[in-house]
Amino acid sequence: MIVLVARDEAMTSTNHEHEHEVNMAEPIKTEKTSYQGQMHLLQKEIMGRYFDQLTRAAEKGEGKAAYMLISGNPVEIVHAFDMIPVYPEINALQLAVKKAALPFILKAEEIGYSMDNCAYVKADIGLFLGDRKTAFATIPLPSLILCNYVGCNVYLQWFEHLAEHCDGEIYNLDVPFLRDPSGVPSKEDVEYVVRQLEEVIEICERLTGKKLDWAKLKKIVAISGETGELWSKIKALTKHVPSPFDNYFDSVTMMAPLYCLRGTEDGLRFFETALKEMEEKVRLGIGPLPEERYRFVIEGPPPWPYLRTFRDMFAKWGAVAVASTYSTVGGIWEFGFKHDPNHPLESIAQHMLQWNVTNRNFLQRYEQIARYIKEWSADALVIHSVKSCRLFSAGQGDMREYFTKELGVPTLLIESDIEDPRYFSEAQLKNRIDAFFESLEHRKLVRDKQAAGGNA
Amino acid sequence: MTNLEELVSLYREPLENSPLDIARERKKSHPDSKWVGCYPVYTPIELIHAGGMIPVGVIGAGNRLEIAHADSRFQSFVCSIVKSTLELGLTGLLDFLNGIVFHSICDPARNLGSVFKRNFPNLMVEYIHFPQNMTSPHTVNYLAAEYHRLKAVYEEVAGRAITDDDLRRSLAIYNEQRRLLRELYAIRADKPQNVSAVESYIVTRLATLMPPEEYIGILNDALATVRRRNEKPKDRIKVVLEGSFCEQPPIELIDGLEAAGCYLMDDDFLTGWRFFIEDIPVEGDPVHNLAEAYLRRSVYSGVKHDTRERKSKHLIDRVKETGAAAALILSAKFCEPALFDYALYRRALEKEGIPHLFLEFEEKMWIFDKARTEVETFVESMLFD
Repeated sequence: MIVLVARDEAMTSTNHEHEHEVNMAEPIKTEKTSYQGQMHLLQKEIMGRYFDQLTRAAEKGEGKAAYMLISGNPVEIVHAFDMIPVYPEINALQLAVKKAALPFILKAEEIGYSMDNCAYVKADIGLFLGDRKTAFATIPLPSLILCNYVGCNVYLQWFEHLAEHCDGEIYNLDVPFLRDPSGVPSKEDVEYVVRQLEEVIEICERLTGKKLDWAKLKKIVAISGETGELWSKIKALTKHVPSPFDNYFDSVTMMAPLYCLRGTEDGLRFFETALKEMEEKVRLGIGPLPEERYRFVIEGPPPWPYLRTFRDMFAKWGAVAVASTYSTVGGIWEFGFKHDPNHPLESIAQHMLQWNVTNRNFLQRYEQIARYIKEWSADALVIHSVKSCRLFSAGQGDMREYFTKELGVPTLLIESDIEDPRYFSEAQLKNRIDAFFESLEHRKLVRDKQAAGGNA
Repeated sequence: MTNLEELVSLYREPLENSPLDIARERKKSHPDSKWVGCYPVYTPIELIHAGGMIPVGVIGAGNRLEIAHADSRFQSFVCSIVKSTLELGLTGLLDFLNGIVFHSICDPARNLGSVFKRNFPNLMVEYIHFPQNMTSPHTVNYLAAEYHRLKAVYEEVAGRAITDDDLRRSLAIYNEQRRLLRELYAIRADKPQNVSAVESYIVTRLATLMPPEEYIGILNDALATVRRRNEKPKDRIKVVLEGSFCEQPPIELIDGLEAAGCYLMDDDFLTGWRFFIEDIPVEGDPVHNLAEAYLRRSVYSGVKHDTRERKSKHLIDRVKETGAAAALILSAKFCEPALFDYALYRRALEKEGIPHLFLEFEEKMWIFDKARTEVETFVESMLFD
C-alpha cells in the first residue's frame, strides 16, 4: 500500500528543519509530501546496522576499518576480507544533514585549514581529531587508509592529511582520469588499476592475516552487479510521466545503501524492495508531488545542511528532478555497466575508471546531462554550484553557456555549499529559483497559446 | 654578453605586463616553428622539444590583464590563474600556440582543460594524468604508456615522427638547462646576498618562454655575473618559501619580501621547470627514463602525493638543510592544494619550533603594503626577540 506522508531527511531519520514560510506569489499549492514506504524504513534499518558496526569497531575493537572514498571504490575487496568500509564523505555528509558540521569545520579552520578548503574535509578532520563520536556512530580509527583517487584531487589531500594526523598506513590507489576523446580507458590504464588492486589484496591479507577467498570475492562482485542493475532499473523509471520519485532528492536516500552496503545481502534486499515499490508507483501514476509541472535535470551535489528547504523551493513549482549527475558520483549504472563476477578485478577497475561521474572529464558530464535532458524528457537544467567541490563546480559557467547557447536548454545556475551552512543564502536562492520558474511558466503559457492558435 | 642587471631591466617589465609577449616575440625569428603551451606545474617538455617544437610555459597572464570574459565561466572561488589562462585564450593571446597541455594538478585545472577543448576546437588540447601511486612497481609502466600516448599526439602536431634519438637530444639539452638552474639556486642558498630572489626569478622564468638553445646562453651569462659577485650579507632572516608552485606571485611581491628583510634561501617558484634533483639518464629507453625520473628523481610538490614520506617532513628537512630560520608559506588565493598543505606545514613547523608566516597572493594583486608590513613585522619579531 502506498502512503504519502511528510517526508523525512534523505539519509537520516532524526533531522527536523523548521518549516519555512509560504511564499505569497506561489503559483500552485503543493503539500510538503513525499513517499515513505517499506523502502524508507528499510533504509533506516540497514543504515542503522552499518553505523552500529562502525561504533562496535571503534568502541569494542570489533573488526578492522578501511577508509575509502565514495567515487568508484573497491569495496568488494574490503568486504571479501570482512574489513569495515568507512567513508569520511559519509561522516561529513551525516554531520551536515544533522546540522552538526559547523563546529567541526571551525575547529579545522582554527588549526590552519582555510575558509576556501573543501568543507567536507574540514568537517571530517575536525571530527577525526576529537573523540570521533557523533549522533549516528562513533568512527573507528583506520587500519588502512585506502585512497582511491578517482577524479577528485582533494581526495588525495584529504587522506594524506588523515594519514599524517594519525600516522596511519596509507595506500594511494591511483586511477587514471578519463582523458581520451573516446571516453574509454586505455588497456594500460586498466592494467595499471588491476595491478594496484592486487597490491591492495596483499595489504589486506597482511592486515587481516587471511588469504583472499576468491569465491567469496566473486560472490560479492555478483551481488554488486545485481545491485547496480536494480538501481539502473529504478533510475529508468523516472522517464515515466509523472516521475515516480525525485531522482535527486529521493535518489540520495538510495545512495546511502548503494555506497555503504554495495556487495552485501542487506544492500541487495534494499534495492529489490525499492524497485518493487517504485514500479507500483508507476503503475498507480503517483509521483513525489501532487502535480508534476516541470521536469528538470540537476547538476551538482545538494546543500546537505538545508536539503529540505532546498527541495521545497522546487516542490512549490511542481518541479521534479528526473535525473541528476550527483546520483552518479559513486557509479553510473544506468548506461549498461554491470560488475562481472567472472572478471572481478577487471570489473572493479572498470567501475573505478569509467563508470562513475567523478572520473569522467567535464565534457563527458555535458554529454551525460544532454542525454538526461533528452531521454528523460526534461524541460530545464539546474546547476547547483558548490564551493567545496571544485571537481563538480569549477567551470560550470561554461556549462551554462553550452546548454543555453548551444542547446537552447533553459538553465539556472545557483550557488551554495554541500557542507558549510554559512554559504546557504536562502532568500537569494529562493529569488533565483522563483524567477527561473516564473520565466518557464511564461514560456509554457506562450507555447500553449501558440499551440491553441491564439496570439502570444 | 648580457649581464644580469641588463637582463633584469630588459625583462622585468614584460614579465609583469604580459609574459607571453616574450615568447610571441621570439616566435617571429622562427616563423615556421610550432609552439606548445604548458600549463603548470610540471610537464615533460622534452617530448614537445623532441618533435622540433618549442614548449612554452603558460603560467598566468602577469600582473595587468583584465578579466572580462573568463569570470562568467569560472566562479569567484576559483583561483586567478585558471581564469587568466582562459582569458588569454578568449582574447586571442594564445593564438600563436599550436597546442596546450594541462595536467592532473587540481580540480579546476582539470576542468579548465575540458573548457579549453570546447572553446578552442582547432587547438590541440592535451591532458596528462600524472600518477599518484609512488610505491607500486607498475606505476612506471603506466607513466611510460602515458608518455607514448602523448608522443603520438605531438607527432601529429609536429607532422613528423619523434625518434628515440630526438628524445635523447632533448633530454640532454634540458638536463643542461636544469643543471644550470640548480647551480643558480645553489649559489642563492649559499650566498643569498649575491643573487636576489627577483633576479633568480626573472632568469628562471625566461626558461619557460624561449627555446632552450637560446636560453642556455642567457642563463650562462647570468650565472657568470652571479659567480663574480661578492656582496656583504645584510641583517636579514633566512627563510624557505613554499606554496607558489603553480600560479606565480607578482614580481613586486617577491621584491617586497626581500626588502622587508628576508633572504629566500629556496622557493618553489616555477618548480615544474626545475623539477629534477639530478640529470635524467640519456642512455637506454628515453621514454622510460623520463617516466622513471618523475617517480625517482623529482622534487616534491604540493600536487604530488608521495606516500613514501610524510609531506610536511620535506619542508622541515628543507628548512634545516638550507639553514633557514623560518618558513614563509606563500599560497595563491583559492589554491586548494597549497591551502591544504599549509595546514600540514603549520602543524609540523609548530612541532619543530620553526617560526612561519602565511600569506596569500593573487597574480593580479597590485597593493603590496599589507603583505610587506606583515613580513616586516614577522622579520622584526625574529630579529629582535
